[in-house]
Amino acid sequence: MSEIFGWMKNAWRGGVHPPHCKNTQDIVTVDMPAPKKVILPMQQHSGTECTPLVKRGEAVFVGQKIGDSNERFSAPIHSPVSGVVRGIVPLLLPDGTNTEAVVIESDGEQKLHDSVVPPKIETFEDFIAAVRESGLVGLGGAGFPTHVKLNTNGKKVHTLIINAAECEPFITSDFRECLENTDDIFDGIDAVARFLGLERAVIAIEDNKPLAFERLLQYAEQRQGLKYGLEIKLLKTRYPQGAEKMIIQAVAGIEVPQGKLPADVGVLVMNVTSVGFLARYLKTGMPLIKRRVTVDGGAVEKPQNVEVFIGTPIRDLIEFCGGYKVPPAKLLMGGPMMGTALADDEIPVIKQNNAILAFDEEQAKVFEISNCINCGRCVRHCPVRIMPVTIEQAVLREDLDDLAALDVNTCIECGCCSFVCPARRQLAQSMRIGKAMLERVAKGKL
Amino acid sequence: MDKKLIVSPSPHFVGEESTADIMQDVIIALIPALFAATFYFGVRVPIIVAVCVISCVVSEWLCRIVMKRPNTVGDFSAVVTGMLLAFNLPVTIKLWMAALGSVIAIVVVKQMFGGIGHNFVNPAIAARIVLLVSFGPQMVRFTAPFTTGLVDGVTTATPLNLLQQGENMPPIIDLFLGEHGGSLGETCAAALLLGGLYLVVRRVITPTIPLAFMGSAALVSVLMGLNPLYQLLTGGLILGAVFMATDYATSPLTEKGKLIFGIGCGVITMVIRHYSNFPEGVSYAIILMNILTPHINNMTRTKSFGKKIKCGAKKY
Repeated sequence: MSEIFGWMKNAWRGGVHPPHCKNTQDIVTVDMPAPKKVILPMQQHSGTECTPLVKRGEAVFVGQKIGDSNERFSAPIHSPVSGVVRGIVPLLLPDGTNTEAVVIESDGEQKLHDSVVPPKIETFEDFIAAVRESGLVGLGGAGFPTHVKLNTNGKKVHTLIINAAECEPFITSDFRECLENTDDIFDGIDAVARFLGLERAVIAIEDNKPLAFERLLQYAEQRQGLKYGLEIKLLKTRYPQGAEKMIIQAVAGIEVPQGKLPADVGVLVMNVTSVGFLARYLKTGMPLIKRRVTVDGGAVEKPQNVEVFIGTPIRDLIEFCGGYKVPPAKLLMGGPMMGTALADDEIPVIKQNNAILAFDEEQAKVFEISNCINCGRCVRHCPVRIMPVTIEQAVLREDLDDLAALDVNTCIECGCCSFVCPARRQLAQSMRIGKAMLERVAKGKL
Repeated sequence: MDKKLIVSPSPHFVGEESTADIMQDVIIALIPALFAATFYFGVRVPIIVAVCVISCVVSEWLCRIVMKRPNTVGDFSAVVTGMLLAFNLPVTIKLWMAALGSVIAIVVVKQMFGGIGHNFVNPAIAARIVLLVSFGPQMVRFTAPFTTGLVDGVTTATPLNLLQQGENMPPIIDLFLGEHGGSLGETCAAALLLGGLYLVVRRVITPTIPLAFMGSAALVSVLMGLNPLYQLLTGGLILGAVFMATDYATSPLTEKGKLIFGIGCGVITMVIRHYSNFPEGVSYAIILMNILTPHINNMTRTKSFGKKIKCGAKKY
């Protein structure tokens, strides 16, 4: 009975079931040595761009802060290598942002900077300051600065949801974190629970990762005498369940109201790798300079998870994985549902970058777009219950009032609409255009 | 890199199902009714279906060439229109009339409005109504099952005529299995429902419109003091409810809209059958609701995620 009920609830919530393609899940993460050169964009998070703190020719060390901003809504950037700053160059990020990048040539010695010591934390304010210094942003893909998220401005948060859903196809980096750094995850939850006074923590994981679920369960049982409730929750696999508002809906049954933050309903969501990193930072003081990236796709010789220094050019990363098997037809930063297509492989790995996928010709096949047949699949599958087909029509006739009335800003750009469209229309792109049109109006430019 | 990379917006995966797949599923769903019709009305059935399908496909192909648009014959929608139109014709129809109807359906109703997805009424129904108005006697000249050869058959009244004239009705089981006079594809309720079930299982359609259509028609007939089973199993009601009213382009997007649409179809059908001097009202009912579809869509917009929900630290 509960099976049927669950199925109905899922059907009502929309979403899709793309092929899992978790090819790399059984391969142990491999450490990649420091590359000869790292490129560090000053924008690796949502929020204000950082300003470079180093000059050309300056010597830098591992863990040294090289970029920061005075604004609260930002996160500092650290050097992953020791070496010399070769220059500060303009860089166009794949999402279209123009920023500066610090280019550092590595000396290969990986000498530590003096600032890398475990942080001393006594109060909540110390904790938030330490999280900011660590440079941590949401590692699941959004790149939201973690210290901003944790500093809830007096809003009472009772529940922490650890997002291990990893609903995107191909990506297994969070899955490997669950298997390889299980203790860190629980230590991280402990730290957050202590400083935020949480009542409960829920690790949410999809049922296509039974191995990780069992391991988490086993470790959770060993944790005794906790001051908060700890729960591992198995969710029925469904894309885009890993999106913040979706996972709150799936775990707590709460819909976060439009224009509000999860903290407004007493919930915080953190990515599982972010929590694991937090625990390691509190122990060692080593800021965010490396992360696990899934390298996969039909054009990669040796698909695997790689622990890579941030700033490593994608070309070097692919070289490390045996290079290209066949010439790549499409290169993606992130998963196939929400990832960004890259124009070249000189772009570096950035903080929120959980996967690099190199697609071969067949995977990158572009379909011809035909007329909308009004089938309503996009409406039925939309997880935020907007009407992509109607919004697309409003975008095409530039009807701004209707765009606002149709709540285009609710769109989480998950791509379910484009995925199910039998006419192969780029509906998700139309949603983005619709949002951009409203934003221009809000700024008074249209 | 020596080779250029494809840069396109996300998602970079697409689902398996294309427009052509959906149309092929509809064709498969129509096949049981096609066999039933051939069984009851003989060899003229496949000939009429073939004439309609070929005229539809050829006129679509020529139309796209004349309009200098990319060719869309490959999406199989013209085949579906041809089959549905053929199912709505009497078995004695002259072949040139069937061909003319197909040309009207594709050229006037579908392509002149922009091709697939842009027609505002169902092409097959519109063509049927044009033929009915133009060639009245031939369009209502129905023959009894098992009497039709290549040339002609024994003319009979349809159960709907009998019902209107208060004469004796054939048994319910004959009506359900299709052994009675009528348009060639509409008589066998069993085959049509089987096709409908296939479409629901394959998730091509949701059952909302057929159930709302048939349910409201049955309810209204009870209120009118008629036998609901006779009303459901005669005329083109099941063909209309399962295959014509569920046409994507001319039916609403949301389930709520589909419910309103289906109920509208059922009520209008029964009103026409009971109060007007037409024996059949399914076609007119569907066309009327087709025209209302844009308004139903505007009335039944969805409420987006997290809209108008009270805020506060709620425990669960």
